[in-house]
Amino acid sequence: MKLPAIVHKFSSPKNFYTMSGKLVPWFVWSFLITLVFGLYYGFFVAPTDYQQGESYRIMFVHVPAAWMSMFIYMVMAVSGGIGLIWRIKTADLMASVSAPIGAAFTLLALVSGSLWGKPMWGTYWVWDARLTSELILLFLYLGFIALQASIEDPRNAARAGAVLAIVGVVNIPIIHYSVEWWSTLHQGATVTKIDKPSIHIDMLIPLLVMAVSFKLYYIASVLMRARGEILRREQNTRWVKEVVENER
Amino acid sequence: MSASEFFNMGGYAVYVWSSYGFAFVLLGWIFISPVFTKKSIIKELKIKYRQQERQRQESTE
Repeated sequence: MKLPAIVHKFSSPKNFYTMSGKLVPWFVWSFLITLVFGLYYGFFVAPTDYQQGESYRIMFVHVPAAWMSMFIYMVMAVSGGIGLIWRIKTADLMASVSAPIGAAFTLLALVSGSLWGKPMWGTYWVWDARLTSELILLFLYLGFIALQASIEDPRNAARAGAVLAIVGVVNIPIIHYSVEWWSTLHQGATVTKIDKPSIHIDMLIPLLVMAVSFKLYYIASVLMRARGEILRREQNTRWVKEVVENER
Repeated sequence: MSASEFFNMGGYAVYVWSSYGFAFVLLGWIFISPVFTKKSIIKELKIKYRQQERQRQESTE
């Protein structure tokens, strides 16, 4: 299947660089505003949990981080796949620059989960399905980063990385359903259930606001990373030369 | 709720604040680092382009 020419034109590195430069400040500001609102609501409006006391407030960073860890992996695999099939440089680029951000969110989900597990379960870590599959996700990210770093030719690096990312997608449903398929200390889904979410509305609001905030953070952050990387990858083009010469 | 009560987090202060502290440091670093990366790339490329320019001039002389 061929993509219309306009897609290629729109996604050209030069166009991407110009467009993203205009978009970054909007995402940064909306991230900061939602972050302040989410934290305020999460700490001052959300009630104390009747079972977990104040410790449950870790949820507002833990759950959005865990969602992001899976979301960014999917972005990475899909854009890697797009790069593989249609040879769109910007798609390859998005996959590569997403990896460190995804790895950071995965690490954050694991660490904040550990810090929540200690007071609630009595242990920082158990080798159950949810925790182990999330740890495997971290290794997939690190493997992707290491693999791409070890291949000099950017075309081949993108291709190898995309294949690894796509194969690793199998881990995503395993993470999601692990709490249903295997017995675990980890609690089940409370928000993404078919029927009504089993969570107090004043806890749900900050949770969702933080989730939106983290998404905006990711977009701002991935665009900033992509803009630097694009200059490096396209350094032999005339437009990059012009951009660089215009920077002080 | 007093400030000390707030920071005490019902006795879970260590866990709550270290979670948020870790998030702040990690996500902050991931956010800021591309600014420095981009600056260093631009610096490198400036040097590279200047060298290329010099070589071109030498070869035409």
